[in-house]
Amino acid sequence: MKINMQNRIDHLFERKQKNILSIFLTAGYPNLTDTLPIIKILDTTEVDLLEIGIPFSDPIADGPIIQQSSMTALNNGTTLKVMFEQLKDLRKITQLPILLMGYLNSVMQYGVEPFYKNCHESGIDGVILPDLPLDEFDTVHKPLSEKYNIKVALIISPLTPVSRIKAIDERSSGFLYLVSSNSTTGNFKTNTINLNESLKHITSLPLKNKILIGFGIKGQKEFSEACEVANGAIIGSSFVNLLGNSTDLQKDIPEFISKIKEPIKTIQS
Amino acid sequence: MATNKFNVNDQGYYGEYGGAYIPEILFNNVEELKNNYLQIMESDSFKNEFEDLLKNYVGRPTPLYHAKNLSAQFNTTIYLKREDLNHTGAHKINNALGQILLAKRLGKKRIIAETGAGQHGVATATACALMGLECIIYMGEIDIERQAPNVARMNLLGATVVAALSGSRTLKDATNEAIRDWINNTETTYYIIGSVVGPHPYPDMVARFQSVISKEMKSQLLQRVGKENPDYVIACVGGGSNAAGAFYHYLDNEEVQLIGVEASGKGIDTGHTAATLTIGKPGIIHGSKTYLMQNEDGQITEPYSLSAGLDYPGIGPIHSFLHDVKRAKYLHVTDAEAMHAVVNLTQKEGIIPALESAHALAVLSKLNFKENEIVVVNLSGRGDKDLNTYINYLNENKHAK
Repeated sequence: MKINMQNRIDHLFERKQKNILSIFLTAGYPNLTDTLPIIKILDTTEVDLLEIGIPFSDPIADGPIIQQSSMTALNNGTTLKVMFEQLKDLRKITQLPILLMGYLNSVMQYGVEPFYKNCHESGIDGVILPDLPLDEFDTVHKPLSEKYNIKVALIISPLTPVSRIKAIDERSSGFLYLVSSNSTTGNFKTNTINLNESLKHITSLPLKNKILIGFGIKGQKEFSEACEVANGAIIGSSFVNLLGNSTDLQKDIPEFISKIKEPIKTIQS
Repeated sequence: MATNKFNVNDQGYYGEYGGAYIPEILFNNVEELKNNYLQIMESDSFKNEFEDLLKNYVGRPTPLYHAKNLSAQFNTTIYLKREDLNHTGAHKINNALGQILLAKRLGKKRIIAETGAGQHGVATATACALMGLECIIYMGEIDIERQAPNVARMNLLGATVVAALSGSRTLKDATNEAIRDWINNTETTYYIIGSVVGPHPYPDMVARFQSVISKEMKSQLLQRVGKENPDYVIACVGGGSNAAGAFYHYLDNEEVQLIGVEASGKGIDTGHTAATLTIGKPGIIHGSKTYLMQNEDGQITEPYSLSAGLDYPGIGPIHSFLHDVKRAKYLHVTDAEAMHAVVNLTQKEGIIPALESAHALAVLSKLNFKENEIVVVNLSGRGDKDLNTYINYLNENKHAK
């Protein structure tokens, strides 16, 4: 098999290195067939990157909002098989770079090679697997993801030692996912990104990958702060919360995105 | 000391099982523990303090009791390892004290733990009271209802009991909540896992703390029957800590048959079961690669057992490995069979066992022993906490008999 098309994530970072906004949504939420229509709306906004969450019964790194959305998505009948079935039409509606994010057990049970193969066939550009150990990345995931031209964005935290950050950066592709603070997703209580010296310290290291900051990025304020030290940031729980509460996604999604993006554009112009 | 043939390797795996499948945020905590636990556990100051507590606080060694009436019933020689006589009523205290001494040496001030039946929660709350440390126990909402006496104990001991309201609201979900707490409080908090589950080094560390069980069995058997090795060691398995402790020093003595007993709940084929090795498949749960109960999509399914301590969809990676390489044999027992064993032991020997431990006793009638064989059953806990369950079950099934 020969796969040499340029990956959309690489293409994005070639064009753009600042204020990158990535949005996370749970697949099959709020309704089973909502994933593609939501992506279609997002495609009309100034979002740069998307992450589609694979719902899992026991998401240990996630706070209540994503837990709840995962449970609803599973009750709706979402499975990885159903997701790939739905994603067949993905590239008819958007050319945004898109990653799948999920827990390793889902991938293991689906089969690691079929997973990467189907990602490729659906036009998925990368994956994020928060509980994938580095040694298993080396032995199993690196060769298969490269075979199918799928980026594996690895995660670092403010507590990751510098030597390990370098080892993770060496292996990571697409970008490096920097967790903003030591917390589960959607924990907005202790957000002090701007003051966090350890984040600045990390983002000033000479690293191969671009850095996106995730976890605890609630809205415009946190996004702007994150963009001061990194290439961009990821909004998950806040957006999933909107999906769960909105009665007019067609209107609310573009509004949500422009609230985050507008002030930055104003400052720049 | 066990060799590596049946034990954990340097990378933290038992064969293909184990490892540390954790979010990066937990890496430092797990790494700190991995780099220090053996050195700390083998230091003289640790050993002295731990052994002193086991002897004078817990009441070890626990008796190895020759159950003559039970022996006559099953026409063999049965010994009960009386872990039920430990302070706090089960083997769980061995591990809780060991880990709290470790936590203190790592400078942690805040202790969290998960609990199912409440035995590990009580043991941890006890250890925290003794050491003056803050204690938060996560317990499924359903388990809080069915193990009320243990909840009262934990509260009295000064612990905060937090109800896990997600998922099936039992042990699995209490563990999820404890892990989430740990992620949010990595720098201050030490997580005392109660079984041989979780990311490496927990399964090995907990097995080592519980290995005092088989260490004592060996010396007690030598004294009583002139040899260290019995023909059988039998223990119940939820996560599998009491079994790991009872098997530990026998792993390399391959003439000793090791029998683990899982809870099949209402029956293996009923959909209401917790017999992980029988109906599960390898996957990842709570940071470890091991057998777990899951559907085709890899979603963890809800276990069921009348016994809260065995009501868990995973199993320690050591047991997945011992099962695959056939070093240990794993049987399963229904709620009804376990209840029968409760009544039998109570009325034959005057010992009320915990419902978990009764699963181990229930296989005595399923195995064909020879008269001169020596069988050790690890009686992991006492039944005080289960009295309500016993009374209700017997009332409900009075007419069914």
